[in-house]
Amino acid sequence: MSVESQQERPAATARQQWMAVLAKSDSDRLQQYWQGLALSPDYQFIRKPEIGLTMLRGRIGGGGQPFNMGEMTLTRCAVRLASGTLGISYVAGRHPQHAITAALADALLQEDTRQNLLQKQLIEPLQAELEAGRQQRAAQANSTRVDFFTLVRGED
Amino acid sequence: MYVAVKGGEKAIDNAHALMRTQRRGDSAIAELSVDQIRQQLPLAVDRIMNEGSVYDPELAALALKQASGDAVEAIFLLRAYRTTLPRFGYSEPLDTEQMQVERRISGTFKDLPGGQILGSTYDYTHRLLDFSLLASGEAEVAPKEANALSEALAAGNSCPRVLELLNKEGLIEQSRENGEGDQTPRDLTREPIDYPAERGVRLQNLIRGDEGFLLSLSYASMRGYGDSHPFSGEMRTGCVSVELVPEELGFPIEVGEVLLTESEMVNQFQGSKDHPPQFTRGYGIAFGRAERKAMSVALVERALRADELGEEVLYPTQDQEFVLPHTDCVSANGFVSHLKLPHYVDFQSELEMIRRLRKEQRAGDEGMIEKEQEADV
Repeated sequence: MSVESQQERPAATARQQWMAVLAKSDSDRLQQYWQGLALSPDYQFIRKPEIGLTMLRGRIGGGGQPFNMGEMTLTRCAVRLASGTLGISYVAGRHPQHAITAALADALLQEDTRQNLLQKQLIEPLQAELEAGRQQRAAQANSTRVDFFTLVRGED
Repeated sequence: MYVAVKGGEKAIDNAHALMRTQRRGDSAIAELSVDQIRQQLPLAVDRIMNEGSVYDPELAALALKQASGDAVEAIFLLRAYRTTLPRFGYSEPLDTEQMQVERRISGTFKDLPGGQILGSTYDYTHRLLDFSLLASGEAEVAPKEANALSEALAAGNSCPRVLELLNKEGLIEQSRENGEGDQTPRDLTREPIDYPAERGVRLQNLIRGDEGFLLSLSYASMRGYGDSHPFSGEMRTGCVSVELVPEELGFPIEVGEVLLTESEMVNQFQGSKDHPPQFTRGYGIAFGRAERKAMSVALVERALRADELGEEVLYPTQDQEFVLPHTDCVSANGFVSHLKLPHYVDFQSELEMIRRLRKEQRAGDEGMIEKEQEADV
């Protein structure tokens, strides 16, 4: 994508940020933090966890016209709390339980009463773990950084 | 044409049971788990995902286990499973410039901005069998403590594409014209290919195409049957965020990450009456760590642009009606394998025909001999 189009992109909203963390986190780690919160909100399913596909699009040459690259499995879920707040999740892969938890957390995070607690005890630690993984991958890659030298040939 | 046959149910059941026994191998040896395949044979898993055209390492590993390691059979299984799932729309175009790069090399630019990162690679190994793996020893792993992070990597900043950076002089074609808006690409899983196919459809076809076929086509075109001997401008591997816009939300959300390998080739171009001489580009991308695949896609992708660039189409690799219908390993395998099905009636009729032709020929020969004899008299 060109530099211009990145600048056009508005900053992610708080909801976009927590939805990204919930979706990208490891399923087991999400469950552990979630269970640690010991919340059991009343809710009903608007959409039970459902596994499907999304077609991934790329760009020709990396920055050109979009094209269809291939599909990816995806799980989605929607819940409504007793208060009426809707929570939605879309999670890469086939993870029904992950999708339920993410949808519930999304709903609770929209309610002023729980937002702080969930941000502090769910989103922030998960985000820190994602960041740590990222740092580790960066460090490993960096250890293989190389400078090639062009050698002058003998006949010169 | 083949005619249906009946019977053999018991034998077929037994044949499948025997296949399962054979797949399990010696029961004194621990069974391989899907997780082990996913973790320890990731390059095989990546190939299944690419040609199966579904990004899901767990499903690909399961397919590989079920198929006893036969890649083409595993790809077929994944394609078949895919048809059972609903489609939740299309992702936003992936932004590979924002990739968290784990490997990035260029064969053309020694000092590329951001540096060359070898990542994990079989390049530069001596291809000597490592008998320590046979002795079930623990292989040497990467050191935990690495060098100080580069600022760019640590900050997770974007990693600009080399060819775009070096495009200032206009010596390399741009991947899109200035101010050109996005068009909705055709999807060959929803509508059949119409020839001539546009570039995006050709790419979609190649990405799910058989790696061996594309590799051989690339090789042939580099050796002279296609006039394509490019430079590798840049190849990068790493994770890219996937975003989509759910209808019920109306704004983009990140749903996860995919590991991708991207290849950009730079080819010479003599120029035409519309374009001055410049470098042109071939583009390849693949799921997972799949460099051979991504490079082959880029090479064939460029060769197939012959028409568009006003080059003469002289070789099969440049001919989309030769390449595109024959890339798919499921189709190719299906057509070749169908010969195993009963063709008894077909064959019987051909047998009859050969017999008749031979009889007629013999009769003709005898007739000729009689005539010759008559003439001699």
